[in-house]
Amino acid sequence: MSDNSEMIRFSRVVKKFGEHVVLRELDFTVAPGEFVTLIGPSGSGKTTILRLLMTLERVDGGTIQVDGEYLSHMDRGGKLVPAQEKHLRGVRKRIGMVFQQFNLFPNMNVLQNLTEAPIRTLGLSKGEAEARAVDLLDMVDLGDKAGAHPTRLSGGQQQRVAIARALAMRPDVLLLDEVTSALDPELVAGVLRVLKEIAATTDITILCVTHEMQFARDVSDRVMMFDQGQVLEEGVPEKLFTEPEHERTREFLRAVIERA
Amino acid sequence: MGWDWANAINSLPLLGQGLLVTLEITVLGSALAYVLGLVFALIRRSGIPVVSQVLYLFIEFVRSTPLLIQIFVLYYLLPPTTGITMSAFVTGVVALGVHYSCYTSEVYRAGIEAIPKGQWEAATALSLPRGRVWTGIILPQAVPRVIPALGNYTISMFKETPLLLAIGVLDVLNRAKEVGAETFRVVEPYTMAGVLFLLVSYPASILVRRLERRVGQL
Repeated sequence: MSDNSEMIRFSRVVKKFGEHVVLRELDFTVAPGEFVTLIGPSGSGKTTILRLLMTLERVDGGTIQVDGEYLSHMDRGGKLVPAQEKHLRGVRKRIGMVFQQFNLFPNMNVLQNLTEAPIRTLGLSKGEAEARAVDLLDMVDLGDKAGAHPTRLSGGQQQRVAIARALAMRPDVLLLDEVTSALDPELVAGVLRVLKEIAATTDITILCVTHEMQFARDVSDRVMMFDQGQVLEEGVPEKLFTEPEHERTREFLRAVIERA
Repeated sequence: MGWDWANAINSLPLLGQGLLVTLEITVLGSALAYVLGLVFALIRRSGIPVVSQVLYLFIEFVRSTPLLIQIFVLYYLLPPTTGITMSAFVTGVVALGVHYSCYTSEVYRAGIEAIPKGQWEAATALSLPRGRVWTGIILPQAVPRVIPALGNYTISMFKETPLLLAIGVLDVLNRAKEVGAETFRVVEPYTMAGVLFLLVSYPASILVRRLERRVGQL
């Protein structure tokens, strides 16, 4: 493990979809326990960053490290080669992700959604996994829904189950990909309240893509503004939201706030 | 040559025996087609270089040639060339099962492809082992949705079992022929054989339609 001041490091990361370059030689680091919000116009590469970290996409150039360990690559005889599935499996366990569309498993009830991976991936006993799941369901205010079927829950409840499911793996890094974008407005607050609590009570490193600017302002340690696959500017939320340096950032913030 | 009720009724015991054989072959053949079709679908999806292509050719070959010829090949050509000898009954089960597995594999493939990408991604995000993703998440969602389609293939298979007459399987049709040969009256036994098929297929197709509605609500 390298020095402890970096949980995530992107070095000259390039990602293309066909001819379209989404990330161009992107560099940034995230400290352990930091809550970083990624903002920027759609197509600026924010979600791609999360998907690369979750290994749902592969880099086309550059490297990604998680806690000093290569994610995108692996060491073979002193040379860095693109990571194979076996290597990815090891690193991936330390990262969790919550999706815009929840992606709960509809063939399982809420409790099974939470215990499946701890049992199958981490090798917990059923009892341990269920105890962990019950605690997490309490934390997301769904203690009474353990036996419920995901499709019977509201979007907000489903998303809180998805958050609990990701936390059940005790990840070091949690990725939040527009987790309130698919929700009816009245359901957003409950999800954000849970996320605030996680941010306040755990030392999980969180990368969050969101359009909820007030939330971003309240919980983030740092906000990064992306434009055209690069970091346009970054800083503590008070600074970035009140006196951004770039006109592009001002325009973007104005547009988002007007819409809200 | 009018209709002779006595002859019709007298033919029933033998036809019943034939129906039993037909049903046995259909059930066993379907079981084979369900399992083999799933295996084919998974192999095709795995994209294992040579195996996947060879299987593709095999499936296309089976789908493009008449079932009757496949039955003959299995029954008359396989023993001298490979030394594998199967009874007419087993040949029937294997021929129908393999033939239909080339269709059910497509059914499974469609069912698997209909599972949203998000399910795979959530499974990856939870680092679930590959095998468990299939057995715990993808197949439990995909298979229930394709059961009606599989059921329809079972009904088709049931109606194609008379082809096995060609290798002497004593199915309903063969029994009808037998009755006809004994009594010199073919109208009643063949008609009754048809009625027996109708009595099984029609309720079965109603059942499949019901299943389709149930699945539609999934």
